[in-house]
Amino acid sequence: MIGKTTASMRKGISNALTYALLATLGTLWVLPIAYLVYTAFRESPSTGIINTLFPADLRLGFGNFARLFSDTIFTRWLLNTLLVATCSCALTTIFILMVSYALSRLKFKLRKPIMNVLLVLGMFPGFMSMIAVYFILKAMNLTNSLLALILVYSGSAALSYYICKGFFDTVPRAMEEAAILDGANQPTVFVKIILPLAKPIIVYTVLTSFISPWCDFIFVNTIISDRELYTVALGLYKMINAEKNSFNDNFTVFCAGAFVVGGIIVTLFMSMQRYYVEGVTSGAVKG
Amino acid sequence: MGNEKTKKRKSGVGVELVGAIKNGSFSTRLSFLFMGFGQMARGQIVKGLLYFLLQAAFLLFMIFFGWQYIAHLFSGDLGTKLSGEIWNEELQIFEKVKGDNSFLILLYGVVTLLLIAFFLIIWWVNVKGAYENDKKLARGERINTWKEDVRTLLNEKFYLPLLTPPFLGLLVFTVMPLVFMVLIAFTNYDYAHTPPGKLFDWVGFSNFKTLFSLSGGASGFAFVFLRVLLWTFVWAFFATFTNYFLGLVIALLINKKGIKLKALWRTLFVVAIAVPQFVTLLLMQKILDGDGILNKILGTNILWLADQRYFSLLPRVMIILVNIWIGVPYTLLMCSGILLNIPADYYEAARIDGASPVRIFMSVTLPYMLHVTTPYLITQFVGNINNFNVIWLLTGGGPVDNVYYGSGSQAQSTDLLVTWLYRLTTDQNPKYNVASVIGIVIFVISAALSLITYNKTSAAKGEDTFQ
Repeated sequence: MIGKTTASMRKGISNALTYALLATLGTLWVLPIAYLVYTAFRESPSTGIINTLFPADLRLGFGNFARLFSDTIFTRWLLNTLLVATCSCALTTIFILMVSYALSRLKFKLRKPIMNVLLVLGMFPGFMSMIAVYFILKAMNLTNSLLALILVYSGSAALSYYICKGFFDTVPRAMEEAAILDGANQPTVFVKIILPLAKPIIVYTVLTSFISPWCDFIFVNTIISDRELYTVALGLYKMINAEKNSFNDNFTVFCAGAFVVGGIIVTLFMSMQRYYVEGVTSGAVKG
Repeated sequence: MGNEKTKKRKSGVGVELVGAIKNGSFSTRLSFLFMGFGQMARGQIVKGLLYFLLQAAFLLFMIFFGWQYIAHLFSGDLGTKLSGEIWNEELQIFEKVKGDNSFLILLYGVVTLLLIAFFLIIWWVNVKGAYENDKKLARGERINTWKEDVRTLLNEKFYLPLLTPPFLGLLVFTVMPLVFMVLIAFTNYDYAHTPPGKLFDWVGFSNFKTLFSLSGGASGFAFVFLRVLLWTFVWAFFATFTNYFLGLVIALLINKKGIKLKALWRTLFVVAIAVPQFVTLLLMQKILDGDGILNKILGTNILWLADQRYFSLLPRVMIILVNIWIGVPYTLLMCSGILLNIPADYYEAARIDGASPVRIFMSVTLPYMLHVTTPYLITQFVGNINNFNVIWLLTGGGPVDNVYYGSGSQAQSTDLLVTWLYRLTTDQNPKYNVASVIGIVIFVISAALSLITYNKTSAAKGEDTFQ
């Protein structure tokens, strides 16, 4: 009897400790985000950063968002990013699926060498070639265009075939053999049999490739100089980094913009979280 | 798998070519010179014509465009004519003269080289095809018609249409820039030699000497290079493992039996992923700034990201701490997925043996996790070697340390190899040549690490395990 109570007490204490630890860590993780959200909705004469933990002026409102959409061309940047993200995500996904299918399901002589070459190519830091990429685009007369961004974001998609191939590797061969016996050719097997099974990995690929243009500002910065053609990331980055006082002038508006971008990403993640985790783990388990 | 190795073909490209010359028919031998001849002679008209047109196009390209750039690549100069103004005696004015642009000469040279390589492969396929036809006829077999050839593209050769478009993208946006930048490492392309207007030229290995030697005072970067390299490794190690273990521990805490609202706890951490990295990093930078919110709250005056004492120890630690904040949500997400996959009987057995929770963690959870996630850790490690954003947005590589900067290397104390490379290419006084050498070094390190582990882990061997 007594043993049982001490055991449950010990369990209670350990649970309480766990809760305390989780709450502390959780606060640490949420605090900066909360601060960002608060700043986005802050209504006060100062547009800069507030350096106190408990600000005196607690008025909230949508003023920063109004400024974001009226004083800057944020809408334009949003549309640019949406276009670039949609196109590059479609291209990337198609490329990755094609490469993964070929390397996973088809047998040909150069398969292993190609896999090794792709692995090695993926090792070069992207920054190293950024300037060369810029000049290649310039030679093609493509700098300062959204098409250039789409091409750059999806051009090297083949290098990230790895997770998707790991997934294809786990699909039983028996299914396609049956189809081939029935006279199906390879494209039919690919589209009708393998792709429907690969839904989690497709969603995962779509999600990751859709999100990356929303976060990159380095490549955009090199390729695009026309302010009208910025993506949201570069627009926001420049908003507080362009001139000397831009930080104090624009910080609240910057936070409002970050809130919008974050909102879009959260919505996507929430609706597809299940697939995302499945995708990550299926790739991870396979290595 | 075993088959693939033991069956290693004895017929290399060379053997096959010699065979085609020795034993091939007349038309096969002729297709060495005139592509497509072997095919046309055997009735494969369309295929033969395509080969022929390709050869014609290639030759025209080389004559009117390619050869001059190839000549430049191998003759040891990248343009001789400077652009500028020349006095025109007749018109009594200065005329602008467009000189050579070393950059474009090199770029077109690379394009030409790649096209030549591509052409050689097609040429080899053409000869081989003609020779195959000979062999088929000798065996009394029928030669494929054009229609049949096309049909193989949807069956045995389906990999060709699948791989071609992605690989074209790869060629233009990865391979070409890479070859180009590797070549830059052997030139003197820097601020003083920036086209248009100036020319740059081949200098052999002198950039490598600059980076790896101590000699010549301002010209030797070896000391700086070693310090940056060391910090890159220290950073990558701590960044990878702090994230991993903290993520794992939090995942375990959330997964613990009896903890309620698991989804809520997880969301609390995962929300951090939603905000783009550059936003949180800029925010953190402002919080940790000399007159930022943290100092105001603590009432202190600490330069969190700019303190130079003890080899800039404080900024380094802060970078790693901020990186924990950024990275843990990702590892948490991954670990909690994998933790659910650990077979329950492992835990059951351990519990029956009376193992303590710590013991269970050390001998069941951790080994399993490490086993499953080794490839992930390696990619993380390599990713951290190249982790540009965190360093660049937090400290910008700084604080500026005279030991580094003074010698002309432009490196700063928290610079990784990549941020150093970036600064060298975007600075007021760019040194593209040295930047390229650094890029090659980064590549060698990452490639060596990845290839070794890739071949050692089960991933490469166990492709069929789950089928």
